[in-house]
Amino acid sequence: MSTKIGVITFPGSLDDRDALRAVGLAGAEPVSLWHADANLRGVDAVILPGGFSYGDYLRAGAIARFAPVMEPLMRAAAEGMPVLGICNGFQILCEAHLLPGALIRNQHMHFRTRDLWLRVENHRTAWTSSYEPGQEIQVVLKSGEGRYVADARTLDELEAEGRVVFRYLGENPNGSQRDIAGVCNAAGNVVGLMPHPEHAVEALTGPSTDGLGVFTSVLAHLARVSSGTSTATAGAASR
Amino acid sequence: MTQQITLDSVEHAAATPEVVQPYAELGLREEEYLNIREILGRRPTQSELAMYSIMWSEHCSYKSSKVHLRQFAQKQPPSDRLLAGIGENAGVVRVSDTLAVTFKIESHNHPSFVEPHQGAATGVGGIVRDILAMGARPIAVMDPLRFGAPDHPDTRRVVTGVVAGISQYGNSLGLPNIGGEVVFDPCYQGNPLVNALCVGVLPVERLQRKAAAGVGNVVVLLGAKTGRDGIGGVSVLASATFDETSQQRRPSVQVGDPFTEKLLIEACLELYEANLVVGIQDLGGAGLTCALSETAAAAGTGMRIYLERVPLREPSMEPHEILASESQERMLLIVEPDKLETVLEVARKWGVLATALGEVTDTGRLVITWHGQTVVDVPPSSLADDGPVYNRPLQRPSDLALLEADRAETLPRPTTPEELRATVLRMAASPNLADKTWVTEQYDHYVMGNTVLAQPEDAGMLRLEDSGLGIALSCDGNGRYTRLDPYNGARLALAEAYRNVAVTGATPVAVTNCLNFGDPEDPAVMWQFAEAVRGLADGCAELGIPVTGGNVSFYNQTGSVAIHPTPIVGVLGVIDDVRTRVPMGFAESTDGHVVFLLGRTQLELSGGEWAWVTHGHLGGKPPAVDLAHERRLATLLSQARTRRLLSAAHDLSEGGLAQALTESTLRRGVGVRVSVPADLDAFTFLFSESTGRVLVSVPEERVAEFTALCDQHEVPHTRIGVVDASSGALTVEGQFTIPLDELRRAYSGTLPALFSGTTT
Repeated sequence: MSTKIGVITFPGSLDDRDALRAVGLAGAEPVSLWHADANLRGVDAVILPGGFSYGDYLRAGAIARFAPVMEPLMRAAAEGMPVLGICNGFQILCEAHLLPGALIRNQHMHFRTRDLWLRVENHRTAWTSSYEPGQEIQVVLKSGEGRYVADARTLDELEAEGRVVFRYLGENPNGSQRDIAGVCNAAGNVVGLMPHPEHAVEALTGPSTDGLGVFTSVLAHLARVSSGTSTATAGAASR
Repeated sequence: MTQQITLDSVEHAAATPEVVQPYAELGLREEEYLNIREILGRRPTQSELAMYSIMWSEHCSYKSSKVHLRQFAQKQPPSDRLLAGIGENAGVVRVSDTLAVTFKIESHNHPSFVEPHQGAATGVGGIVRDILAMGARPIAVMDPLRFGAPDHPDTRRVVTGVVAGISQYGNSLGLPNIGGEVVFDPCYQGNPLVNALCVGVLPVERLQRKAAAGVGNVVVLLGAKTGRDGIGGVSVLASATFDETSQQRRPSVQVGDPFTEKLLIEACLELYEANLVVGIQDLGGAGLTCALSETAAAAGTGMRIYLERVPLREPSMEPHEILASESQERMLLIVEPDKLETVLEVARKWGVLATALGEVTDTGRLVITWHGQTVVDVPPSSLADDGPVYNRPLQRPSDLALLEADRAETLPRPTTPEELRATVLRMAASPNLADKTWVTEQYDHYVMGNTVLAQPEDAGMLRLEDSGLGIALSCDGNGRYTRLDPYNGARLALAEAYRNVAVTGATPVAVTNCLNFGDPEDPAVMWQFAEAVRGLADGCAELGIPVTGGNVSFYNQTGSVAIHPTPIVGVLGVIDDVRTRVPMGFAESTDGHVVFLLGRTQLELSGGEWAWVTHGHLGGKPPAVDLAHERRLATLLSQARTRRLLSAAHDLSEGGLAQALTESTLRRGVGVRVSVPADLDAFTFLFSESTGRVLVSVPEERVAEFTALCDQHEVPHTRIGVVDASSGALTVEGQFTIPLDELRRAYSGTLPALFSGTTT
């Protein structure tokens, strides 16, 4: 039976079809999930895609976190199901407190679309295991509220526990603290990042195919879990 | 205590013929007003007067342009691809047995000066609904923009607002922005041009019509609530010249909500998929007035509308305000009664309001009641089709002869290698030629995952199917060329857009346009318009591709000073396999490939960027245009692409070869070495703006095959150099070398220096 990966469409989600395409290219069965669903339709992992859910009204992600589908998602995440938030999905995961910190307006105040490089700082999460330690990957950033912020203690904790998953290389594109582009929860099954790996899966339409590793990682992770060779979840670096 | 105001019902109007009505304030002439009284056999009610004043405005009725625009249909070359053409919301072109593409440009110029952010944002929203109304999923947008002088104190307000508005609205809709133009010229200071192009794709059988057919069918309003925003926006702003009070007209500018529009798009697409609508029309300029009268007129039916059912943001709105409101994000549907409940269910799923307003009748009258009293009772075609038509006087501008005589070819030119080198850098850094990344990186060009080419490439390209079938799009215009020669200026814009599509390897198949001009009541402006339309219609006939639709924007004028006549031409191309597209830039992997210049170079500087940047000069005759040559060139490029002979191709336009080399090297940071052909001087070689030229690179081992193909198509070709990755520089042998780092600093520094940082 093939692995099923769900992508939630909220009202205002935009990169949902791109995420579904990336899932398919990675070799999994893509499943569309709807914000009003009461269950996750039997998927093995879930992606919250980019976009402007609920028009980003109030605050980016602030309304989506109350969508009906978030209830089963929160339970599944607590039980170790891999969950990935991309861009607006990352914002929703932060609003839902599945991930620490917040995303605020870019320091330079403009929306910015740019091909840029990230370093994979933690290759042991459910979504990064296909990468080499410290691998540098080229992906797409496109956001107006992508500046990652948290209090100093949280940032120190994230660093100490190896929960900074991706870091911007070169010029910091939005003023994110400590150049952080993506983080994970303590268990390593929930990952959020501002850049878009799903836009770097085909040479024809993306700057590289480096993003595909995110989606093949979760397949490898799920295969390890089902064969019992995984230690429950990928776990964070220093735990 | 409530205040009782007498409703101006039809009954009341018939009983009070003597009431003096403010038709002049609403922009109607006395003879137009008398004509309305004759049509109705009485004076119009307040609501009817509002409706006629909007529908008979220049913007809605095309009353000054109609007599000229007919040429597009009259001179139209035969095309088996055209499924819907002029007169529909947008032209529809067949691209395969099963798929069609629809595209159109519209202007939102006047609102974008008054309130740049919302003006530009709602410009995107409006054109997207036009495309949606054809049954298509919108798949990309492009924005040709014109601003005033870059260093003028007001330009920053307009530029930052317009770009942020397009960015916010387009990005929130999830539509990739794949190209456009950013041009500065003092003539646009008080009249910036914000044109918006949208393209959509649909299965051929899903094509929608706007006709309100089928007596007894239900008229449904879908989308946002109706508010007081934008009342008279179209007729007030776009049908008169600007004066000092224009900035006080902010309330006439609509306010956009892209989130609602995104839901509206998804809801409409679901309705189409389930075959739930008989007819559909977007609500844009002129709001309900336009949608009701056009759908009824198109079907030749009547309509009965209960106006009090319209969901309002402000309960105190009066009937004439509801009819005139330009509140955004609304569509009008015609639905069979037994499908109404399913339609409402789809709307509920997407969280979009849907309200049955009334039904289609066989009376031939549009009858609108307000709480039981009839406030409108008119023949719908009198609003939609029978507006006034003017054959306005034309006169060649009195200054044109002098302007033509003042040729740029007589200006002093740089000659030494040092002077030429400095000129390349100065040109690359000039605002019109400089890197536009500061603008385009505020737009999302990745969303939807099908963008194969986007700015700064010559054309945007989208994949439509996994088979590789795709489309290419470019829009171009040159106000200075058109100022000097409107007939050829329009043909030059067409040639440029056509060539930009052709260099990617796609085959141009259809044309849309947005004609931006000054005051049509000025015979000189009207002459420019007539000449430009004639040029564009002739040009399309020569190239063998039809005009599928377009938009006219008049009154781009402050006081007595009009903008340069600025026809923007959009060309759509089709490519069978996007994987074989030809990029504009040299690459590491193409090191050593041979560089050719296609086309013929002559000393043509008038109206060009060099004359403007170095001498502030505008005069003479624009470069000659040869559309038969353009056609041969396009065929050559398409065949060369199919045979994989080209590793890069880049159109030459403003700034000539020097600028093309700058762009092709900086695209991927790969250098080039060229030498001046024996029959040309270095200046002409580098800076002439002769048209019909393309820079290409060809693998050494394919050169013979390529030149044979050029000969076969009678396209002149000159071998000028090689791609030289290791040099890291742009070198003109025997003249100068510019390291790419230095070139990039010049090219990329200008716009951030002008517009970065927070606005005050």
